[in-house]
Amino acid sequence: MTENAPADFYRTQENPGLWEHRGKVAAVGIGHSPTARRWDGQASTSIGAWAMVAIRNAIEDAGISASDVDGLVLDRSTTTGAWWPEGDPLPEDVISQFQPGVEPFDGIAALSSEWILNNMPELDNVSFTMYGPGCMSNVICVASEAIGRGLANTVVLVKAWHNFPGRYYQGGANARPLVEGPAVWRNPWGVSAATGDGWTFQEYMAKYGKTHDMMAPFIVEEKKNGLLFPEGFFAQHRPDEVTVEDYVNARWIVEPMNLFDHDMPIHVAVAYVFTTAERAQDMAQTPVYILNHGTTRPKFGLTQGLDNAEASTDSTGRKMLDGAGITADDLSFENMYEGFTTFHNYFIEGLGYAGIKRGEALDLYAGDISITSDKPVSPSGGNQGGGRTRIWMHTDTIQQIQGRAGDRQIRMPAEVGISGGPMPQGGDFTIWSATPD
Amino acid sequence: MPKQSPVPDELTKPFFDACNEDRLVVQRCNECTERDGLLMLQHPPAEECYRCGPEGTLEWHEVSGRGRIQSYVTMYDTPVASLQEDQPFNIAVIELWEDKNALFLSHLPGTPVREVPMGAEVRVVFEETPANGQKVAEWEVVGD
Repeated sequence: MTENAPADFYRTQENPGLWEHRGKVAAVGIGHSPTARRWDGQASTSIGAWAMVAIRNAIEDAGISASDVDGLVLDRSTTTGAWWPEGDPLPEDVISQFQPGVEPFDGIAALSSEWILNNMPELDNVSFTMYGPGCMSNVICVASEAIGRGLANTVVLVKAWHNFPGRYYQGGANARPLVEGPAVWRNPWGVSAATGDGWTFQEYMAKYGKTHDMMAPFIVEEKKNGLLFPEGFFAQHRPDEVTVEDYVNARWIVEPMNLFDHDMPIHVAVAYVFTTAERAQDMAQTPVYILNHGTTRPKFGLTQGLDNAEASTDSTGRKMLDGAGITADDLSFENMYEGFTTFHNYFIEGLGYAGIKRGEALDLYAGDISITSDKPVSPSGGNQGGGRTRIWMHTDTIQQIQGRAGDRQIRMPAEVGISGGPMPQGGDFTIWSATPD
Repeated sequence: MPKQSPVPDELTKPFFDACNEDRLVVQRCNECTERDGLLMLQHPPAEECYRCGPEGTLEWHEVSGRGRIQSYVTMYDTPVASLQEDQPFNIAVIELWEDKNALFLSHLPGTPVREVPMGAEVRVVFEETPANGQKVAEWEVVGD
């Protein structure tokens, strides 16, 4: 059975020193499935089927054969927040079209390494498997460490997200008269997913004298960049720009977080091929070297609050830059997570990106943050621009440095980038470079 | 507002039992309190101290029931069915007077939405929930 990565795979230390495998691991291939707002119930679009599409695309992109792959790292969970409806029968007509994995919903609402290997016999040389739970940011740390340690040479990384019909978080425990477990501290007050960041952003605005409307230029730019991402949901299905007026007039979900401050769940799968720096030289795409990966996992109680968000992202900024042996000035661009948009503020302030300090992210957004500026902000368009996957920032970073980001290619040379997330209060991050040193 | 009723478990029963007696108790870490010379409290309760982990010895400690509003939001789209008819409503974070690491949520009964005075002093009140009668801690802004 495949296990979650052990704790020592994650660089959580405050002063980690240079990563011992700095520049010795490289990203090469990228593979995406199509995107959909929700699964249509067909076997060919199930999350397992689309994971196979993404893996085959990544292998082809890297210019290798499936037998060259000896490692598989993935996140077993595929939920965007949607679960198979309680009491509904298993979709046996779909499940029966695939080889089984290790649990009933494998390939439908979960994705085990066993399911992938049972359904992709061409991956006949995989001897190393491991889970990086949470999202692709975590998977990248685990795969980089595995290659750096010599546990595998050529690894496929996979992250898939299923999305089912209906509004999630409605019904179930939220519709019952009684509440149990940790939810007793939150449910009686009607908390939603973005409420915690709403509290934090309220504190932020009060502390630094900012307003919600000042987020508008960032959201407009994100949506614009997202439409330049042909692999993304909005470029494929809803190619409409969002204006400042759209943003400031959007309905509140939980004020100060409106509709456009929430990313939209979609159905998609993504895969990358990582390998050693040496092996990468023989592959089809330009290697993008990993200079550092790092993880922040602070402890806090009921909610993070602004103090914790700033302390955590200060820590992330320090450990990522120091561990890569660079300064913030060396970053050509950034792709930090913004699945609730205001997360992005704490991340880039913690990094000191474009020379900003605490309380200055919204001032930065008022200037030129486009892909043609000296310091582009979120050229991927992030999860606002592409849909909730927590992967656009990684795909874009690799493509930017490889020089194949197409219409999103930044004007300045894309030499060093940072991506990662998801939460200011906890996440996994990577610094990528065009050169290994 | 018709809140869901909490069902206490082994960890949370002392807190909810105290609420039913109109008393507010939170966990105190004896080791952190002794080491730092300050009352070190935490809420919601946990199996271990937030700060020192398994080293700490946690005891229930009765507190004043005073606090301040750390932050707030206005909820327009709650996933909790029983509260949807009352939207929009406040959800504030309350930090306890004795230690700001002890946090509570509140609808701030009596305070209109979008008129929440951040930083204002609040005092605890105990509100019965409909499904099982369990009381929970709520908070009201202290008037001038």
